[in-house]
Amino acid sequence: MSSLTATPSENESHITSYPKFVGRSLWLATEGSLAFYAWMTMLTAVFLVGANAWANQVAGGMIGTNMTDQVSWGLYIANFTFMVGLAAGGVMMVIPAYLYHDRKMHDVVIIGELLAIAAIVMCLMFVVADLGRPDRFWHLLPLIGKFNFPISMLTWDVIVLNGYLLLNLHICGYLLYMRFLGRKPNPTWYIPFVMLSIVWAISIHTITAFLYCGLGGRPFWNTALLAPRFLASAFVSGPAFIIVAMVFIKRITGVGGLDQPIATLTKIIRVTILINLLMVASELFTEFYTGGSHASAAKYLFFGLHGKTALVPWTWTAIGLNLTAAALFLWPGLLAFRWRPLLVAACCMAFVGAWIEKGMGLIIPGFVPSTLHEIVEYVPSQLEWKVTVGIWAFGLMVFTIAIKTALPTLKNPAKY
Amino acid sequence: MAEQKPSLPVVENFSRRAAVKGAFATLGAGAFVAAVSPLRQAAKNSTAAEFMQQHYQELTAEQKAEVIARLEEEAKENYGVDVQIADDRPIPNTKFVYAINLSVCNGNGKCVEACHKENNHDRDTNQSYIRVLEMPKGTMDMEQGSTTYSGAVPKDDKFYLPVQCQQCDEPPCVDVCPVKATWKEEDGIVVVDYNWCIGCRYCEAACPYHARRFNWKQPTVPPEDVNPDQSYLSNRIRPVGVVEKCTFCLHRTRRGKLPACLEACPTGARVFGNILDPDSSIRWILNHKRVYILKEELGTKPAFFYYFD
Repeated sequence: MSSLTATPSENESHITSYPKFVGRSLWLATEGSLAFYAWMTMLTAVFLVGANAWANQVAGGMIGTNMTDQVSWGLYIANFTFMVGLAAGGVMMVIPAYLYHDRKMHDVVIIGELLAIAAIVMCLMFVVADLGRPDRFWHLLPLIGKFNFPISMLTWDVIVLNGYLLLNLHICGYLLYMRFLGRKPNPTWYIPFVMLSIVWAISIHTITAFLYCGLGGRPFWNTALLAPRFLASAFVSGPAFIIVAMVFIKRITGVGGLDQPIATLTKIIRVTILINLLMVASELFTEFYTGGSHASAAKYLFFGLHGKTALVPWTWTAIGLNLTAAALFLWPGLLAFRWRPLLVAACCMAFVGAWIEKGMGLIIPGFVPSTLHEIVEYVPSQLEWKVTVGIWAFGLMVFTIAIKTALPTLKNPAKY
Repeated sequence: MAEQKPSLPVVENFSRRAAVKGAFATLGAGAFVAAVSPLRQAAKNSTAAEFMQQHYQELTAEQKAEVIARLEEEAKENYGVDVQIADDRPIPNTKFVYAINLSVCNGNGKCVEACHKENNHDRDTNQSYIRVLEMPKGTMDMEQGSTTYSGAVPKDDKFYLPVQCQQCDEPPCVDVCPVKATWKEEDGIVVVDYNWCIGCRYCEAACPYHARRFNWKQPTVPPEDVNPDQSYLSNRIRPVGVVEKCTFCLHRTRRGKLPACLEACPTGARVFGNILDPDSSIRWILNHKRVYILKEELGTKPAFFYYFD
C-alpha cells in the first residue's frame, strides 16, 4: 500500500512534485470498487438536484423557501449551525492524539481533520445558500469589500471558519504530501498548527453561538449558556459521526487499529452527552420556573403556543433520541464487539438528536413568537430540502474523497 | 504505480481508466452546468455595472449620477414608468423624532396603507413598514396583542399600538451587518444601500421591533401605482434578495414634508419633527407628556416615542 509514495529524486523542487502529489491523490481517490462508484454516482445525482434547486432559488428569489419576515432564517442556517459543531467535534480526536499522546488515536487522527474540512465546506455552502444576493459575495471579502470587523459577529465567523478550513487543509495536506515524498514530517511545520487548531476549533463554535446569543431582541437565544451548550453537543455529534465513519472504514477498507480510537471516542461521548443534557435541563428549568413572556419560545417549542405546534414533534423526537442515546452510552457493554450495530445506532441517535436540537430546535424558536409576538410558523419547503440534501451529498463526497486520499496513511501508519 | 515494473498492460489499463474517468468527469461537469442553468436567467437581469458598483458612501458625485441614471433606466425597462430618483442628504442640525399618541390612535390602519403606496412596496405580499397591534387595555405586554385583528375599530376594550422602525440611536441591526450595508445618518435615520446588501438577513434577526423586511421576490407594482418620486436610500423600487426598512420617508422629510404615514393618519395621533428645534411640536410633547419607548430595557435608545393623553 505504498502506491501514494512516489520516488522523486531527492532534490526535486516542490513546484513540480506538489502538482504530482495532487494529481496522484486525485487519481487514487477516484479508484475504487463498483460499490464506491455507485456511492459517488448517487451522491453526485443528489448534489445536482440540490444545485438545480439552488439555481432556481437564485433566479426566482427566496420566495421559493418557506421563510418569512417573521422566521427569517430556516433550514439553511439550522444546518449551518450544526455543521460548525461537526467541524469542531473532530478536535475530540486531535486532543487525545496530540495532548495526551494517545498513539492509536494519533495514527488515525487525520479522519477528524478531514471531517473538519468537509464540514466547513458544507458550512460555507449553507451560508451561500442562505444569501439573498450570492452575486454580491465579494462585498464580504476583507479589503476589496466592506468588512464590518470587529463589530459584526458574522465577520468574526467568516474569519474563524475560513481560518479553520485553511488550518486543517494545511495540516492534512502537509502530512499527506510528506508521505508522498517518503519523508518524515517536520514537527515545526505542523505541530504548532495542530495546537492552534485545537483552540481554533473551540473558537469556531463559540463565535457561532455569539452570532445568536448577542441579540438582545431574541430572548430564546440571549443566554450565556448557548456557547457552552453548542460545544457540548458538538462534542457529541462530532465523535458520533467519526465512530460511525470508522466502523464503516474498518468494514469496507480493512484499516486496522480503529477499535481503540472508537473506544476512546465512546468514552468521550459518555461524558459530553451528559453535560449537554445537564445544560438543556438547566436551560429548561430557568425558562419554565421563571415563566413569563421570556419563556414563550420554549413553550412554543415544547408544547405549542395558541394552538400552533409545528416544532413540538421535532423537539420531542430530539429529546427521545438524546435520552435513549445517553442511556445506551452509559451501558458499559456497548463497547463489546458484538454490540457494534448498537453502538452505531446509539451514535446515529445522538447525531440526529443534536441535529434537531441545534437546528430546527434552536434557530426556529428564536423567531417564534416574533419580536412583536406574532406566531408565524415555519416548515421548510421542498426547495429548501433539496438544497439542504444536495449540500449534504456534496459534503459526503468531499469526505469520501478525502478519506480515500488518506487511506494509504491510515492502512500503514508512519512508525516515527 | 511508478514502482511496479511498468509493463505494457498496466500502462494500457492506466490510459483506458484515465479516459473513462475523464469521460465521467466531463459528463458530471456537463450535468452540473445544466443543473445550474437557471442562473443564466438571473444573470440576464443583472449588469456588469451593477455587479461592480461600489458602496454608496464611496461613490463620487459622478458615479452617483451614473448609478441613478442606470436605476431610472431599469425602472423604465422593468416597470414601464419614468421615475425620478434623487439623492436626498440629511438637513444640517436636524434630528428626526417620531411620537404617537396612543389615546388617539384608533387602529384604522391608514398609515399601513399609506406606507405601502408611498414606498412602492410589493403589491402581491401587501408589504408595509408598519404593523399595528391591537392590545387589550390594561397591559403593555405585546404577547396579549394581535396584528391580525379585524372588524370595526376602535373596540371599547382595546387600544392600538403601531410599530415601525424606531430609528434607534444604538441600532443592533447596524452593528450586526457584516458588510456595512446599513448605517445611521446624521439626522438619525437608519438607511440601507439596497445595492450593497448581500441579503444575509442578520439585521432582521437582530431587530427587536420587527422593523426590517426582506425582498423574497422581485417586487411587483403596476405602472399606474408606482410612486415616481423616489430617493436612492428610501422608496426606489428595491431589487430582489435585499433587506429594506422604514426611512421616515426621507425622500419627503428631507425636503421639508411630513412622512406619508403621518399625512394619512385621520386621527392626528402622529407627531413628527426635529428634536433640535426648541419650538417644534415634537419637542413640546416630549417635554410635557409622559412618554415611553418600546423595549427600553434592551438599550437600543429609540427615536420613536409613545404617549397617552
